[in-house]
This record gives sequence, structure tokens and C-alpha cells, in this order.
Amino acid sequence: MAKQLYWENVEVGGEVTPLSKVATTLMLVKWAGASGDFNPLHYDAAFAAAIGVGSPIVHGALKRQWLVQLVTDWMGEQGTLKKFACSYRAMDWPRKMATPMTPEEGETWQCKGKVTKKYTEGDQKLVDCDIWIENGKGEVTTPGTATVILPSKG
Amino acid sequence: MLPEEINKFIGQSIGTIACEVEKGSIKRFADAVGETNTLYWDEGHAAKSRYGSIIAPPGFFGWPVKLPPGMTFQRPTDITDPPEATEAMRAALAKAGYANVLDGGIEYEFFLPVHAGDVLSAKSIIKDIREREGKTGKMAFIIIETAYHNKKDELVAKARATAIYL
Repeated sequence: MAKQLYWENVEVGGEVTPLSKVATTLMLVKWAGASGDFNPLHYDAAFAAAIGVGSPIVHGALKRQWLVQLVTDWMGEQGTLKKFACSYRAMDWPRKMATPMTPEEGETWQCKGKVTKKYTEGDQKLVDCDIWIENGKGEVTTPGTATVILPSKG
Repeated sequence: MLPEEINKFIGQSIGTIACEVEKGSIKRFADAVGETNTLYWDEGHAAKSRYGSIIAPPGFFGWPVKLPPGMTFQRPTDITDPPEATEAMRAALAKAGYANVLDGGIEYEFFLPVHAGDVLSAKSIIKDIREREGKTGKMAFIIIETAYHNKKDELVAKARATAIYL
């Protein structure tokens, strides 16, 4: 478990501890079952091709939860996620599986963030961040924002 | 072009669903994301935490899962208001030439943690319908707002989802 982040230790322009992810076809099947999104676009190659996206794409909502994990891991257990937003601007394609447990070589995604504002509202100590996911080429496919309440050393 | 009548759907309810937040479904969800925080499945850790018991990762509100209209691939059986508005809106969109739907994104506001054992009511309304000319042709943006309440009728979270029709 990451150590606790305190409001006093955050600076505007500071980095949110990055989180790296590898999307695989296996992961998409697990996500479909866990999230209830059974759109064949995410697991049926012929269907995805017919829709015009080439092959099955990563669920937007899975990328959303990666970004939620990015922020909640960074803020620590005493932090509270107050607001969160993201948009699915570009598609991502998962790595295929080489063995039942290991994916083929390929793309790795980086979830990143930067502090944009530090302020108080009533007795709440708040921090706003820009957050985003970069694909293997370093292109942002999923930008977003988050507001967290942090504990104070105060 | 979307017909003027499409605006009649703005403000309409697309149903209320009771979402059960089960311990096992939280664990499966956290596992599918690749979460490492044991607060989502370890009762001992959760009991000692400020939450007192297992919570769900923000963004999970139990089963069935609410998705924007056109993306509901599993039909909730316990929907309390019939989703006629959704069907009629989808029909109107199809008539205007919109065949495909994509998930555009989401905004959340979280007010209370979601605990294992909670039963939430998720009530959704069509908040806005807008049409725009994009690079690849026209697109329709449907904004769906969902309010999640717990059994004490406390507001747990609000979501604002964007479905993009192409």
C-alpha cells in the first residue's frame, strides 16, 4: 500500500505517481464479466471488424477505472475522491495472449497526472489534477480531471 | 438531422434500478481493473480502516451496472419504470440515420462511500441531446444523468455519462 499523501506535501505542477497497465484480451473478458458491459465490440473480432474498428477495442470504462486507481493509489487511504471525469477520445487495442497467462509483446499504457490547483473549501483541503492515459506511442487517448480531499498534518 | 421532436425526451426518466453491492462483485470488479488496494476485499483491513467495512472502488455501484442507453447489453429485470423513453429515443435516432453508439465519457461526483451490502437505487434521466458536425460526419451526443441513493435515501453519487451516436 502506498504511503499516505498529505495536503501540505502537494505542490501545483507536481506529479501524480504514475501507474502502468497492459491491456490484454484476457483482461477485456474479465472486465466484461465484472462490469456488465457485454458489447461484442470488445471480444468478437468479426463484429469489431464489421463495426469498422479493426479488432476488439479496450472498454472506455476500464480505462476510466485505471484512472480512478491512479488517483486513489496516489492519494492514499485517508484521501477521498470527490470528483472525477474522463473522456474516451481515442481507441486502444489490447495485446493478444501468447500463453493462457502471458500476453504477447507490445504496447504498455501509462496512467499519469499533474496537480493543477491546491485550495481549501470550508474545512476541506482539496487538490485538483489533470489525469490522462498515454498509449504505447505516447499519445493521450483518455484525458480527465479529478478532485481529491486530502488529510492535513495541521 | 435530428427532428425537433427529439427534444421531448430531454428531462425524461429512463428508469430506476436497484443495484446490489455484493462483496464478491466488488472483488471481481477490483480484480478486473488490477486494483491492489486490499480495502476492496480484505475484511480485516477494511474493519481497521476509517470505512469500517469493505468498500467498492469509486465508479462501482453494484449489479446490475447502469450504462448509457444503447449500451445496455444486459437487460435489467428489475427496472421499476419501463424504459419506453429509451426505446422511443433510440428509434428516433435510428430513423435519423444513427446506427452506432460509442461511450463518450463520464463525470462523477462522489458524496458517500459505497459499502459491500449496500443496495442502491440508480435513477437515470436524459439530461440533454445535442447534434454536432464532426470530422467524419454528424454525431449526436446524449447526456444521461444518474443519481445513486442508498436505503436511507442519502445521495451517494451522481454520474453524467455521454453516449455518442454516429
